[in-house]
Amino acid sequence: MAIILNQNQDLSLKERFFNLNFIFIAIVCTLAFIGCAILYSAAGGNLSPWALNQGIRFGLGLLIFLVASLLKPELYYKLSTPFYLFTLLLLIIVEIAGHTGMGAQRWINLGFFKLQPSELMKIAIVLELARYFSNTPLSEIKTIKGIIAPTIITIIPVTLIIMQPDLGTSLMILFSGVALFYLAGVQWWKFASCLGIIAISAPILWSKLHNYQKNRILTFLDPERDPQGAGYHIIQAKIALGSGGLTGKGFLSGTQSHLNFLPEKHTDFIFTMFSEEFGMLGGVLILILNLIIISYGYWFAFRIHPSNYFGKMVILGLNTNYFLYVFINIAMVIGLLPVVGVPLPLISYGGTVIISVMASFGIMMSFYVHKDKELKK
Amino acid sequence: MKTNNKLRILLKRSLTIYSANIFLFFVLIGRLYYLQIYEKEKYTLLADNNRISERLLVPPRGSINDRNGVELAMNNQNFQAMITAEHVHDLDKLLEEITPILNLTDSEKERIKKDISRHKRFVPVKIKDNLTWQEVSTLMLNNHLYPGLFIDEGLTRYYPFKQYTAHPLGYVGSVSTSDLEKSDAPLLQVPDFKIGKSGFEKTYDLSLRGTEGTLKYEVNAYGRIMQEIEKVEGIKGNDLDLSIDIRLQSFAYDAFGDESGAAVVLDVHTGEILAFVSVPSFDPNLFVDGISVKNWNNLLYSEKTPLTNKAISGLYSPGSTFKIAVALAALEEGIINTSTTSYCSGKMKLGNHLFHCWRHSGHGKQNVISAIKNSCDIFFYEVALKLGIEKIAKMSHKLGLGEIYDIGLENQKQGVIPDKQWKLSKLKTPWQQGETVIAGIGQGYVLVNPLQLVTMLSRVVNGGYEVTPTFLKQDTPPQLPSLNLKKSSIDIVKQGMFEVVNGIGGTAVKAKPKTKDYKIGGKTGTTQVRRISLKERKEGIKKDEDLPWKYRNHAWFMAYAPHDNPKYAIAVIVEHGRSGSGVAAPIASKILEEAIRLDIR
Repeated sequence: MAIILNQNQDLSLKERFFNLNFIFIAIVCTLAFIGCAILYSAAGGNLSPWALNQGIRFGLGLLIFLVASLLKPELYYKLSTPFYLFTLLLLIIVEIAGHTGMGAQRWINLGFFKLQPSELMKIAIVLELARYFSNTPLSEIKTIKGIIAPTIITIIPVTLIIMQPDLGTSLMILFSGVALFYLAGVQWWKFASCLGIIAISAPILWSKLHNYQKNRILTFLDPERDPQGAGYHIIQAKIALGSGGLTGKGFLSGTQSHLNFLPEKHTDFIFTMFSEEFGMLGGVLILILNLIIISYGYWFAFRIHPSNYFGKMVILGLNTNYFLYVFINIAMVIGLLPVVGVPLPLISYGGTVIISVMASFGIMMSFYVHKDKELKK
Repeated sequence: MKTNNKLRILLKRSLTIYSANIFLFFVLIGRLYYLQIYEKEKYTLLADNNRISERLLVPPRGSINDRNGVELAMNNQNFQAMITAEHVHDLDKLLEEITPILNLTDSEKERIKKDISRHKRFVPVKIKDNLTWQEVSTLMLNNHLYPGLFIDEGLTRYYPFKQYTAHPLGYVGSVSTSDLEKSDAPLLQVPDFKIGKSGFEKTYDLSLRGTEGTLKYEVNAYGRIMQEIEKVEGIKGNDLDLSIDIRLQSFAYDAFGDESGAAVVLDVHTGEILAFVSVPSFDPNLFVDGISVKNWNNLLYSEKTPLTNKAISGLYSPGSTFKIAVALAALEEGIINTSTTSYCSGKMKLGNHLFHCWRHSGHGKQNVISAIKNSCDIFFYEVALKLGIEKIAKMSHKLGLGEIYDIGLENQKQGVIPDKQWKLSKLKTPWQQGETVIAGIGQGYVLVNPLQLVTMLSRVVNGGYEVTPTFLKQDTPPQLPSLNLKKSSIDIVKQGMFEVVNGIGGTAVKAKPKTKDYKIGGKTGTTQVRRISLKERKEGIKKDEDLPWKYRNHAWFMAYAPHDNPKYAIAVIVEHGRSGSGVAAPIASKILEEAIRLDIR
C-alpha cells in the first residue's frame, strides 16, 4: 500500500538523494580522477596548468549532476521544446556571428564561461525527439508522414553545426538522432533506403565539385592525406600507443608524450598518452569503466517505470551520445576513424564537455531516482 | 496494447544497440591488442628513433712529431664564446656589454642576431671563436653577469712550425665532395670534420684520424636535447713519428734567406730524412679553416712557387753533380783509374760540333780527382764517350736516380735517366753520340730531383750501400744491401769531392767549414735554364747577374760530412741561384755544420 501511496506523492529531497546510484557515481569519479592523474603527468608532474583546473571543473560538473539528478523528471519533459528552440536560436546566433566578420567561432562568451550551443544541442535534441516519439503512436511513427517532423528537428541543428565547421559534433548529434529513430520503431528499410540514396547521390554530387573543394573534403575526412599536418599527429599517436606495449612505460615516463612528439596529449589524444604510460592494460581499464557506465545507462532505461517511455528514450539517447563520445575519440586516436576532433569525456582537458556530460548523467539519474513513479505529463 | 508494443520494440532495439556497443568496444580492444602487443616491437623502435639522436664525436687527431718528440702538428684547444638565446634576458644589452671584451664589430653583431633568429631559441649560436686566454678568463670571471653565454671548447689542427714543416706535413681541411665520393666513413659526415688534404696529413690520414666516439642523447619533438643517454669516447689517432729534426729543418729553411730552392739532409746509414725543405713555403694554418681567395692567389701565382714541393716535384738537370755517377761508372768499369788523364783546352770537337768546358781557358792536364775538383767538363766528355750512355744510365739507377721512393708523399717526379731505349720510345729518334757527351756533365735529357740526388750521394759516401730515403724514424739501423762497388772507386770519388771543398782552387772552397774539427766533401753543379745561342757566345756570354731572375742558372751543391766517417749527406738546389759554388755551397755547408753541431741521433 505504501508503494501505491508513494506513487502519487513527490519524493522528498532526502529520498531522492538515497535513490541515487552511488556505484555509477563512483565509477564516473574514478574516470575523472584518472583524467586528472594523466593531466598531472602531461604537465610533467605538475598540477598546473591542467590537472587542478580539471579537478575544479569536475567538482562543478558533479554539482550540476546532483542538481540535475534531484530535479523532477516532469521538468525535463516540460522544458524539452523550449530548450530545443532556445538552443537552436543560439546556434543560429553563433552561425550569423561567424558570417558577419566576427570570425568563425563555436561559442558564445558569457564572460566567466564560453558556452558552446552545439554541446547543449546534444542534450536538447535527445529531449525533443524523445518527447515527439513518446507522444506519437507506433502506427504513425511507421508512416513517412510520422517521421517528417523529427527529421527536420534533427537535420536543422546538424546542418548548422556542420557549417561551423564541426564534423565530430554534428555526426554525434546525427547518430544520436538516428538511434532514437531506430528505438522508436522506424522500419529497417527506411534506414536502408536512406543509406542507398546517399550512396547513389554522393558520386553525382562529388563530380560537380571543384578539385580544390574535393581536396578540402578529403583532407577533412582523412587528415593522414597531409603527413606534415594532421597525418603527423596520427602517426605519432600510433607510435605512442604501440610503444606502450602491454603494461606501458610507467606513470610520468611516456617518452612520446613528455618529449612532445604526441600532439594534443592533454585534449583529444589523452587516451594515447594514458596507453603509452599504462599500456594495453590501462587502455582496457578505461574501456571497461566506460562500458560499465554505458551498461548502467541501459539498466536505468530498463529499470524505470514502464509508463515512462519519454524517460527511457532520453536515457538511451544520452547514453548513446556518451558511447559515441568514447567510441569516436578512441577509434580516431588509434587510427580507426579520421581525426574529427572529439574529446574523451571525463578525461580530456576541457570544461564544456565535462559540464555537458555531467548534466546529461544528471538527467539520466533523475529518471532513475524516480524510477518507480509514473511520468505526469 | 499499442503502447506496450511500442515499449517492447524500444526495449528489444535497445538490446540490439547495447550489443552493438559491446561489439564496437571489443573492436577497440582488438585494435589495442594489434598495436600494443602484435606491433609493439615496431612502434618501440619508432619511438626510440624519435627520441634518441646519435652524434659522432670526433676523436683527437694523432699528432705528428719530429724525431725528438717535438710536436709538428698538434691539436690546439679552440675556445668559442657561445650564446643560448632562451637564457638571455636582453640580447642587445648583452652584446653591448661583451663588445669591449671580444672586440665585436657591427657586422659580427648583425650575424649573431641573424643566426639567433634563424635557429630555435635553445640552439647555441657562436659569438666568436679562437678566443684568447685573456678573453676567455674575462668572460669566465664575469660569467654570472652574462646569463646564456658560455664557453665551448673544440680542437683545431695547428702547425706550430708553420712554413718550416708545410711541405712534408701538408695540412688538413674541410671534407670535399670528392672526399665523400671516395669514402663512406661516417666521420666525414660530421660538420667541421677535417681531413688530410696534402702531405703526410693526407697519406697517413686514416691512421692519424682515430676512431670516432658516439654520444647518444634524448631529444624532444623540437630537437632540444633533454639528456645524455650514453657516451662512448673516441680513440685518438695514432701519432706519426718522423725522422725529421725540427731544429735542423728550421735552420735549413732559414739558411735559404730570400732564395728559392730545396734542401734534403739524409742520414747516409739509415736513410732517415733529417731535414726536408722547399723554399719558400707557406703557412699551412691558413688552410685549416679554408684559405682566403687573396692568400690563395698570392701563393698560386708567386714566381717562387711556394705550393710546389721542390725537393721531390722539382726536376732539374743535375749538372756537374752528375759527374760523380759518371766517374764512379767509369772507375767500376775499369775505363779509367787515377792515372788516366785528359788534356782540357777549354773545348772538344766531336764531328762537326764543338763542346766547351765551363772554363774557356781550359784546365790543362786532368785526372779523375782533379777533374772532379775543378769540375772539368772536357775530362767527363771524354769519359762519357768511352763509357757510353747505357753504362752511365746503369750506374745512375744503381745510385738511386730516376727512382720514386716510398716516403709517403705524393707528386714525386721520377725525372729522366736517358738511355737509347728511352729516347727511341720517347722521342722516336735514335741516340746521338753528342747526347752522351752532354749527359756526361749532367746536361741534356738528364733530370733529377733533390731527394734523388742526396740519395745518390748517400749511397756513394756510405761505402756503397743501397740506402733508401725514409721519413719514418728508424729505431735500429737497417741492414742495407751492398751495391758491390769497389772501395777504391768510392775512395777516389770521395777524394775528388774532398778536394772540391778543401783543395786549393777547388770549386767550392766557400763551403769549407770554419772549424777544423771535421772536413766535408761535396760537388757543385750549375745548370743552364736557357740555351746559350751561338750568337750570344760570339758576342760574349752575358753575365748571369744581368739576366732576369727566371733566366738565371740553377745552382746545385751536394755535400757530406764528416769526410772521414760520413753521417750526413745533403743536396741543395737554389733555383736561379746562378752558381753552385757561390750560392748553393755556403747554404749546404751551413746546414751540415748545424747538423754536426746538433749531433742528431
